[in-house]
Amino acid sequence: MLTVENLQLRLNGKLVIDDLSLQVNNGEILGVLGENGTGKTTIAYLIMGVNGYKPTGGRVIFEGEDIADLSVSQRAKKGISLAWQEPARIEGLRVRDYLKLSGNNFGVEQIKQCLLMVGMEPSQYLDRDVDNTLSGGERKRIELASILAMRPKLAILDEPDSGIDIVSLPLILNGIVELNRQGSSVLLITHNEKVMEIVHRVSLLCAGKILITGAPAEISRWFKNNCRTCHHINVPADEDKQL
Amino acid sequence: MINYLVEKEYQGLVDAYEKVGGDRSALLNNDIASLIVHENKILSATEIEGVKLTGESQEHGIMAGLLIEEGCKVSRPVHLCFGILPQEGLQEIGLRVDVRKGAEVKVIAHCIFPNAVHITHKMDAVINIEDNASFSYKETHYHGESGGIEVIPKARVTLGEKALYENTFSLIEGCVGKLDFDFEIFSAARSVAEMILKVCGKKDDVIKIAERVNLNGDGARSLIKTRVVLRDRARAEIIGETYGNAPYARGHVDCIELVNGEEAIARAIPIVSVTNDKAKVTHEAAIGSIDRRQVETLMARGLDENEAVDVIVRGILR
Repeated sequence: MLTVENLQLRLNGKLVIDDLSLQVNNGEILGVLGENGTGKTTIAYLIMGVNGYKPTGGRVIFEGEDIADLSVSQRAKKGISLAWQEPARIEGLRVRDYLKLSGNNFGVEQIKQCLLMVGMEPSQYLDRDVDNTLSGGERKRIELASILAMRPKLAILDEPDSGIDIVSLPLILNGIVELNRQGSSVLLITHNEKVMEIVHRVSLLCAGKILITGAPAEISRWFKNNCRTCHHINVPADEDKQL
Repeated sequence: MINYLVEKEYQGLVDAYEKVGGDRSALLNNDIASLIVHENKILSATEIEGVKLTGESQEHGIMAGLLIEEGCKVSRPVHLCFGILPQEGLQEIGLRVDVRKGAEVKVIAHCIFPNAVHITHKMDAVINIEDNASFSYKETHYHGESGGIEVIPKARVTLGEKALYENTFSLIEGCVGKLDFDFEIFSAARSVAEMILKVCGKKDDVIKIAERVNLNGDGARSLIKTRVVLRDRARAEIIGETYGNAPYARGHVDCIELVNGEEAIARAIPIVSVTNDKAKVTHEAAIGSIDRRQVETLMARGLDENEAVDVIVRGILR
């Protein structure tokens, strides 16, 4: 479904993404695991086409088409969407209207269902604004609910677990599994090994490069044993690339 | 002949009122207090128990009075409708509002100038809200698309102890023309004042807004919230002032101006001052183009850039 080939991004002369390749297959949840500052969010922005994140090398191919020149909305119309790590607050836009934007012509009952799937009581949230009266965790959950309402072909979820309390985390993970079950492929970006339990494969990111890709348990173990104690997060040693 | 003309004006104004979102049935219902004024003519005035409406025609407008008797809780909003249907004219409204002790009332006002080419509409209001009384006033303007109108609303509002004053002024349909808004509030102990302005300027509109709150009583609270969107060559200057003059007075000034046009100019001047060491007044002002992250958040749901901007603008002005 999505193939990223030899992607490169230089920002202000610094190599942020370095010859990165990955593939998301139809119907799978691919995890991208990495410590802070390794380039996880940048990958999300490059695939989504966010302003200021135009690749300086490589290709992003979605369903066989190079999408490098497409805008964010053109990519969304092709079936890619992004749940932002820190979603924007929009004054005066009600939760119910935000969830209806996705174009699936969902009625209120379906919108309510999307909220319930991320552990939010619809009666408390439908008529609230998607603004700064919401906590960070609430806003994140609404972001995921809007992806559930959109049901894109490919959902990029940028740290959907960050800011989520421990009680709600299983609900969020269930929501992602349900999204996948309903037909969306998922690129799931995180630094939390716990989240890796729901993915099919994991790519480990270090200094803007994919070091290895493999089964979740295997990569999680490697991540715990190596990345957590690594003193050169942004400058990996060559031997670190070996399992 | 005169009656025929008045009837025609009445129908024309009520039709226009309905077109801009007013509730026609409210103007026709004898259980709802209402006042309809066209140019300098009072076309209709309906009083109900506890609500006294007075009006006197002047050369270029009217002198009107609204009195809510002590302890009266008015269950349904009072409706006011002011307007000029011809392309040209001058309307000067003198308005005196008295909300007696413990009374509660909501007022919905529409100011309608759908064909304005050369119109001036002035309002000078004196509003007195006594102790424990509540006055909620929501005013919506419609000016047509030519921009040939000058609107000058001015008010001096006095709040008694524990009084509540809410004012929402909305001018988001059609062109503004020239707006010179000037309100000043004097707040007694534990009173609450909330003023919300929403204005959308386009073409060559000129918007000047001055809002002042004097928190003179212990524990008085206020919020000035202003939302202005500017397109084309529209210009706006917003001055939000709050003075904390008493212990535990709390005030906040919150201004957002979105500029969505290369030649539009926005200016905000928040002034906050305290003369008592237990008072606290805060402000926040944001002026500039529409936030790119907000736009891209909506684009990521499939909206085009222009559609995303419209959603954001509508939200700000909602």
